[in-house]
Amino acid sequence: MADEQSSYENVVEMRGIVKRFPGVLASDHVDFSLRRGEIHALLGENGAGKSTLMNILAGLYRQDSGSISVNGRPVTFSSPRDAIKAGIGMVHQHFMLVPSQTVTENVLLGLDDPRFLMRLSEYDKKVAELGEQFGLRVDPRAKVWQLSVGEQQRVEILKMLYRGAQVLIMDEPTAVLAPQEIEDLFETLRSMTLQGKSIIFISHKLNEVASIADRITVLRRGQMTAGGVSAVGVSTQELARLMVGRAVVFHLDKSPASPGEVVLDVKDVYAENDKGLPALRGLSLNVRKGEIVGVAGVAGNGQRELSQVIGGLRKCAKGEVRLKGELVSNRSALYGIQRGLAYVPEDRTHVGSAPNLSVTDNVIMKKYRQAPISHSGLLDMNQATRFAKGLKEAYDIIVPTVETPVRLLSGGNLQRVILAREISGEPDFMVAVQPTRGLDVGAIEGVHRLLLTQREAGSGVLLISEELDELLWLSDRIYVIYEGRIMGEIQLGGGDASQETVDVIGQMMTGTPLENIRMERDA
Amino acid sequence: MKPSQKEWISRLVDGLLPVFATLAALLVGAVMLLFLRVNPLQAYAALWEGAFGSSNALAETLVKATPLLLVALGICISFRGDVINIGGEGQMIVGALLAAWLGLTFTDWPGWVMIPAAMLAGFIGGAVWGGIPGFLKAYFNVNEILSTVMMNAIAVQLMNFLLRGPMIDPSQAELASKIPQTARLVEAFRLARLAPTRLHLGALIAVILAVLVYILLWRTTLGYRIRAVGQNPHASRYAGINVKRHIVMALLLSGAFAGLAGAVQVFGVNYRMITDGSASGFTGSAGFNGIVAALFGQLHPIWSIPASVLFGALLVGANSMQRAMQVPSALITALNGLVVVFVVSSEIWRQRRQRRRLASAPETESSPGSGAASPESAEEAV
Ligand SMILES: Nc1ncnc2c1ncn2[C@@H]1O[C@H](COP(=O)(O)OP(=O)(O)O)[C@@H](O)[C@H]1O
Ligand SMILES: [Mg+2]
Repeated sequence: MADEQSSYENVVEMRGIVKRFPGVLASDHVDFSLRRGEIHALLGENGAGKSTLMNILAGLYRQDSGSISVNGRPVTFSSPRDAIKAGIGMVHQHFMLVPSQTVTENVLLGLDDPRFLMRLSEYDKKVAELGEQFGLRVDPRAKVWQLSVGEQQRVEILKMLYRGAQVLIMDEPTAVLAPQEIEDLFETLRSMTLQGKSIIFISHKLNEVASIADRITVLRRGQMTAGGVSAVGVSTQELARLMVGRAVVFHLDKSPASPGEVVLDVKDVYAENDKGLPALRGLSLNVRKGEIVGVAGVAGNGQRELSQVIGGLRKCAKGEVRLKGELVSNRSALYGIQRGLAYVPEDRTHVGSAPNLSVTDNVIMKKYRQAPISHSGLLDMNQATRFAKGLKEAYDIIVPTVETPVRLLSGGNLQRVILAREISGEPDFMVAVQPTRGLDVGAIEGVHRLLLTQREAGSGVLLISEELDELLWLSDRIYVIYEGRIMGEIQLGGGDASQETVDVIGQMMTGTPLENIRMERDA
Repeated sequence: MKPSQKEWISRLVDGLLPVFATLAALLVGAVMLLFLRVNPLQAYAALWEGAFGSSNALAETLVKATPLLLVALGICISFRGDVINIGGEGQMIVGALLAAWLGLTFTDWPGWVMIPAAMLAGFIGGAVWGGIPGFLKAYFNVNEILSTVMMNAIAVQLMNFLLRGPMIDPSQAELASKIPQTARLVEAFRLARLAPTRLHLGALIAVILAVLVYILLWRTTLGYRIRAVGQNPHASRYAGINVKRHIVMALLLSGAFAGLAGAVQVFGVNYRMITDGSASGFTGSAGFNGIVAALFGQLHPIWSIPASVLFGALLVGANSMQRAMQVPSALITALNGLVVVFVVSSEIWRQRRQRRRLASAPETESSPGSGAASPESAEEAV
């Protein structure tokens, strides 16, 4: 009855996989097995070696040692083509689509059929049917650039299914998705397993893994700390411990605030966004020494522009920003930097760092003008290297050498590089935008600790984040931003925020000013 | 140890790629020679002989390599700053004109004053000619490839005008022939010969400058800023670097070295300026070939030294091959063209390979909305 293929319970078996990169053991004798029809989560911090392991399975890398078998047969893949022939397809963290082509054209890209004549309408139908079958809604005739990120991901999945993938590897698929899209994706993944596909789901987010996976394998620094345990009956605390190797402190100890004088004063600021539309409309706030002030709000309500105006990267049409009483708005970025302003930008790879430059070159970005790094225009590379090595030690930056280009660093490590650079300038004030986005639990905790240390050292921190929990844990006060205005300010005592506080913040985030909420409640 | 060995091999391949490309071009050239019924082995033997066969030949090679190296140094700077300078020809001409004017006007200066002053004049002339497209790019977003090429055309006309009129050799002005050339520089102003050949001090200057450009790029704050802006203008702006200023700087310095090359040609080789109406009549196309030499040297000032010598040898050797084997001069032009095409393509291929290596390296972070992977420009060649 059962054909040969399905007589093996394990579709994929990886045994003793070792993969070494210069300076790191990315995969250290890892075993991994995938059962037919299951969703198997691969959990681990950034840099744990998840992508590496799966790139080996997908034929992108060759393992140094270890064996792979598919449906019980040993295989060696020398290219992704080989892997897809064996039924294994991977959707990478970064999509590989041609923006100017249609969905169908992208799906067909690189296939031998059709060979010469493209009767696209015929293939459009095929693609549409395939999408229908797995609940992957996307218009086959749409151009890829017109699609949302979630839709582009569906195209990537369709590409693999069209090539006959039985095993689908999804590398951090939720990192780019909005909450509703994540729900849709999970729906799709479940329906695919019902139709006999097996799925490897890579993530560093505990709750996601807990909600979607049948079994879980946990990696830590290239080693397996849990191999295929059942998702039922393992707690998220337990998983977190396996991931980071110690119990994660979800609540950090925080001394009571002792705010001093005002360091940052934003007064009635108006500014436009990149499209020339009003982004900030009369926004005012202040930050004092020794406190963390949160800015809560739904994404796109002027948070980015606010940070840019403060950081000197955006002009404001009206109003002013003062740092320790001195006007810094509408001057250069350098002006603020020289007056003790630190800025952790939202975009780590495109703004916060230069990916092809070394760790050293990146950490001296704001310091290279001064002794001891430079003397009258000449760089002292010995000093620069010493400085970088010092930061590497002090901030636990995991990197083979400080000459390594930062593009090879994991997100958490890169963020530590940026924070190390900013904090080492001993700033009086720091603005941090989404400093923990995309980071795993361990790295998030590290960033939080650093922010609190800044506060204790007496500098003011403006924390702009979309993670309300994060803001509630760290902030002493929270402003809520909506359409470029502040809806209100909430003072937080020590300890957990009350449900009522959370509700009030939620209302403000959707555009009700605090006074109105109070009036309504009193009435 | 396997992966590091693999990495090592692919680096070696990258490094030798220009050499392979040259060999491939010579192979295609050999086929063309066969069609012309010339024995390619003999022809290439003549080429080798012409480039390295005697101390005179070697000196000619180095004389040819000197302006290539100077232009290449400028190209290293501009390409590291992510600006493309195709205006070497024009910058050479303007630098040469300014230097020549100085040398022909202040004939009573002592040589030890004039020579540095003339080199400086060449440097400044080139800087101005490169700085203008830099300014237009930084502040008006004018594509520097187009503007530098157009500046070449302007420079040629400027040269033709000056050499026919204001700067013409007074003795020629009286003759009916009116050859468009300047008077000769006085003896004291000529760059010293390094051997009983045509090899002159300019070669030494170029090598010293190669070391200085290396220091500039990797050991000064200015070089650091130029590289940072070239690698990531957003991050640079965020770090307080004036991005526009450094775009201008990269092109200005690039032009300055080309201008210096022009001045060196006048003071070290020709001792006068003469025009046949075209740019290459004066530059010998060094303004273009210098780009190839820089790519040959993987945009590294020190590697540009052997690269320029190799390319100079090819130019000199091909000429003597032409004389020895009686092949049409068009073939030599074609051969040079082939080398350029092969080397430039191999460089593009190398960058692609590197980019693919970047793209296949699983990226450590996801930035929303950034569709397909688009890693930044190629890796540093250090
Ligand atoms: N192509 C590569 N070259 C060098 N090191 C790499 C490469 N790819 C990954 N690494 C390193 O291997 C380790 C594991 O990385 P990765 O598999 O991407 O982790 P994850 O996907 O779990 O975040 C990291 O330390 C990373 O820096
Ligand atoms: Mg990964």
